[in-house]
Amino acid sequence: MTDDGNRMIDEGAPIAPGEASGEGPGGILEPYEVFRQEKDGDPMRHGGNVLAPDLELALHYAREMYSRRGESVRLWVVRRADIGVLDDLDLLQPPLDRSFKKPGGYVMRDKLAAARDRAGTTKPGARAASHDTTGRRGEGDR
Amino acid sequence: MTDPLALDPVLPARERSEPSLRRWNEDLPHDERYEHFEAHVLAGGKIEPNDWMPDEYRTAVLRFVEMHANSELMGVLPEREWIMRAPTLRRKLALTSKVQDEVGHAQLLYRVAEDLGKPREAMLDDLLAGKTKFHNVFHYPTKTWADIGVIAWLVDAAAIVAQQALRDSSYGPYARTMQKICWEESVHIMHGRDVVVTMANGTAPQREMLQEALDRWWGPLMQMHGPRSDRARDRDLHWRIKAKTSEELRQEFLTIYVPRIRELGLTIPDPELAFDKDAGEWRYTDPDWNELRTVVTNHGPKSQERLEFRRLNREATAWVRAAILAEPRAAA
Repeated sequence: MTDDGNRMIDEGAPIAPGEASGEGPGGILEPYEVFRQEKDGDPMRHGGNVLAPDLELALHYAREMYSRRGESVRLWVVRRADIGVLDDLDLLQPPLDRSFKKPGGYVMRDKLAAARDRAGTTKPGARAASHDTTGRRGEGDR
Repeated sequence: MTDPLALDPVLPARERSEPSLRRWNEDLPHDERYEHFEAHVLAGGKIEPNDWMPDEYRTAVLRFVEMHANSELMGVLPEREWIMRAPTLRRKLALTSKVQDEVGHAQLLYRVAEDLGKPREAMLDDLLAGKTKFHNVFHYPTKTWADIGVIAWLVDAAAIVAQQALRDSSYGPYARTMQKICWEESVHIMHGRDVVVTMANGTAPQREMLQEALDRWWGPLMQMHGPRSDRARDRDLHWRIKAKTSEELRQEFLTIYVPRIRELGLTIPDPELAFDKDAGEWRYTDPDWNELRTVVTNHGPKSQERLEFRRLNREATAWVRAAILAEPRAAA
């Protein structure tokens, strides 16, 4: 999903020559999805798409649209027709209890307090690092 | 694809966005190229698969990632043995899910390694032939259910200390893969800690079982990050493939987990273990480095059995790979 809630890859067949207004004879405009890397080492993120007759022009258009102000250090363009899509929620978000796969599935506060009581120990002081709360944010929130 | 009509840049190229210049990819004499590469990496820049890189760097990253991938693949075997013996359905689901996650990590990491030029089949050959290694902790038996808690909590915690530091690795694909892996590992740690805390609240025999598991695992845990090494001579550190020395990782592990183990009333089987306030670090009995060497060269108590299991498993699934790789045949 993009920021405005639209599906990242929308449907759309290649545009046939007749429909491709302004293009030279034989030119078929096709949508190319554009992925951009904002700074060195970042993942490639979807930016949007351009309509182009071939890969080379798609790259030129992508540069015009997605790095006009130097906001990208790398661009990828991929023919939309070459992208495989899976959006079946029965597969991606199965409606079963999978809380054992998530940090929220393990609530230990009371158990820990009980174990401390039995052992006659006190709660250790707070420390900066903790690995079992790092997962509290979803992967997509990073 | 330079724009022929573009004006001359206002700033000289070097002063614009340094990391994006990737000058070492240009056709330069080797030494000059090497210098650009090194300056980029030392400044915290990332290397991507299509970038030029010195053979030494490629080999070093490959060796590191391959060992990591092997460990994920072999690491599921001790835990797998307890899936059918998990005490409740929920624990069984959680353990199965953890095993799936770890095999998934192996898949991700073998992909990173493959892109560096070594085919997966060759990596599996080398693993089975004992030419490459996997982590010491996966060469030991899992004797009781408490082992499953201790492994998922403390072995994964010791691993995540190292893995979190790898999210800054200079090799971009590895660094990004570690983001996902750490996210999943944090759930494994909670699963493991939950198992341990539950047992700590259990009957006397259950608590003894837990203490006995900790007694057996403490040695391997302290060996896991490896002997102290000389920072100045470590090429993986120099090139920022990894970020911390083995001793830094061990200290970090102790700082976080010693208090958490002790709060449960468990005893850590090392009378020397204490935090030295003046030195600002933990003192402990020197881990048995001979045991580490013996174990990681596949002479551990379960090394051969687990490799044999992998070997059989690989043979048994050969037909799947053959079917996928087969030339498409015309319909009759």
